[in-house]
Amino acid sequence: MDTPSQLLQLLFTGLTLGSIYALIGLALVTTFNITGILNLAQGEFVTIGALLAISLYATGLPLAAAFIIAVLLVATLGGVLERCAIQTARQASALTLIIITLGLSIFLRGLALLVWGTETYSLPAFSEGGPLFIGGAAITPQSFWIFGLTALTLAGLYAFFELTYWGKAVKAAVLNRTAARLMGINPNRLSLLAFLASGALGAAAGIFIAPVTMTTYDMGFMLGVKGFVAAVIGGLNNIGGAVLGGILLGILESFSAGLISSGLKDAFAIIILIGVLLVRPQGIIGSLKERKI
Amino acid sequence: MAFINKNHFWPGIILFLLIIPLITNSNYLLSILIIIGLYTIIVQGLGILMGYAGQISFGHAAFFGLGAYTVAILTTRFHCPTVLALLGAVLLPGVIAALIGRPTLKLQELYLALATLGFGLLVHIGFTEGMELTGGPSGIAGIPYLSVGSFVFDSDIKFFYLIAGILILLSAGIKGLIESRVGRALRAIRESEHAAETAGIDTAALKLQAFIFSALLAGLAGGLYAYYITFISPSPFSFHASVQFVLMAVVGGLGTFVGPLLGAALVVALGEFLRWAIPVVIPNAGGEYQIIFFGLILVVLMIFQPEGLGALGKRFKLSTQKLPGEGYSTKFEAEKEGGL
Repeated sequence: MDTPSQLLQLLFTGLTLGSIYALIGLALVTTFNITGILNLAQGEFVTIGALLAISLYATGLPLAAAFIIAVLLVATLGGVLERCAIQTARQASALTLIIITLGLSIFLRGLALLVWGTETYSLPAFSEGGPLFIGGAAITPQSFWIFGLTALTLAGLYAFFELTYWGKAVKAAVLNRTAARLMGINPNRLSLLAFLASGALGAAAGIFIAPVTMTTYDMGFMLGVKGFVAAVIGGLNNIGGAVLGGILLGILESFSAGLISSGLKDAFAIIILIGVLLVRPQGIIGSLKERKI
Repeated sequence: MAFINKNHFWPGIILFLLIIPLITNSNYLLSILIIIGLYTIIVQGLGILMGYAGQISFGHAAFFGLGAYTVAILTTRFHCPTVLALLGAVLLPGVIAALIGRPTLKLQELYLALATLGFGLLVHIGFTEGMELTGGPSGIAGIPYLSVGSFVFDSDIKFFYLIAGILILLSAGIKGLIESRVGRALRAIRESEHAAETAGIDTAALKLQAFIFSALLAGLAGGLYAYYITFISPSPFSFHASVQFVLMAVVGGLGTFVGPLLGAALVVALGEFLRWAIPVVIPNAGGEYQIIFFGLILVVLMIFQPEGLGALGKRFKLSTQKLPGEGYSTKFEAEKEGGL
């Protein structure tokens, strides 16, 4: 393989990875905008979604059915956690809430370890056929599924926030909780909705990437961290920014792993996180307006 | 700040600590107590940072690890005298905290949590990937025992008395600190940074000092840990350990004096208890239940007793010592008083 196609290959890998990070970042940004909570258990939704779908598929269910059931189950899980833990502690400080979501992530990881053990699982690709070759670099059909899901989610969230009554209600509730409540918008219901959606979105992301990555009980943590990096690059209040941030991170990571050292690829992601936090905590791409926390 | 009976509590604790090795010859019990003591040192620093300065750190396992690796590298690779290496283990994390603290502590709650989390992960990756210096995933073995002159801390009992002595000195120092002007200024920062600033407190400098102080203590604990275990690998310094330190600080009660010891003892004891009890109740169960319980306890505690267990004793006393402001602890205090 010559150098240009090698670089192209790294770009394709980066785009696939980046789309995954973008999806997780999207879920984080949506929850953060609606509830003001940075959900550290988001990565666990991804893991549990993937593992559930894999187990359901192994029982002989068609892939589509396994997908739908797993997404619904993890959405329910997100809703249950919101009602039991987040809603109960609604009045607590941001610090307390972040420790609560951290506790939830540890709890879910333990649960995943209990049910699925430490083995590695995988899922067959969604569509048949070998990789596509562009300029000497291969790109698998599953990558296109992942791109498609990211685009669809981005479009869906954009349409939700800009075009629907509920979307506008969410934006209103974020801007001014009291005023929104006076207008008949229930922030508690919005918070539940956010966790249902982030559960579903996380699970969907997990299932889409299950054919390309090794799925283990503990993969969620690092995926969650990459999601934060994506969200922070974009600015925590910017949905489009999370996607760009995710893709940027994926490409940077792929190139640094390919050209420098694969053992250090996680380190590059974290260096980017710390760098962005220190230099521009409002995000590179995010809007410049003040954020309240 | 005082516990139930100020006059009898500390002499009691000290006496209890000193006679334990005389009434037991169980090395298991002693080793548990030593580990609790080492964690207490870390949590005392973290308690100042979180409970008094109101800043969170999800990266303190990194300072703990830097201390341990400093000792390991200096003694095994450079044959540095052990006391000197321990000094390095205290200083290096302090210097690093000073370097990263100033920009990092400007960040608000969530961003600070993310930045310290990132720092912890980065240092952990450094331990795992730095093959030549740190031995990579297999770590460094053959660390000598700590020795002062010709006296070698080569048994659990000797080490126990060393840790107990350090803890007693440290506790006295911290008690003095939090009852001094500095302690009052730190509490003011926790309650309201703006109000503290208005009152003429240099909040940035104090937060940084609290951060450096907590890093020095974590480094000290790390160095002692290396001398006690005589072998280190990256795993005790992972993100999980950082979370465990935060849990200890929170369980024991932030902003309380006995909190760190209580928190470290409870979390370690709970871990040991679960390790023993779960296989008895559920045969063939492995470590996964421990993780589940760990997460559950963390969540339940933050929901129902966010001030931690150390706060149970001071619940009726503290209202007069409170500074005006809108900090989170005031909010809980108000809620609790309303509920009683």
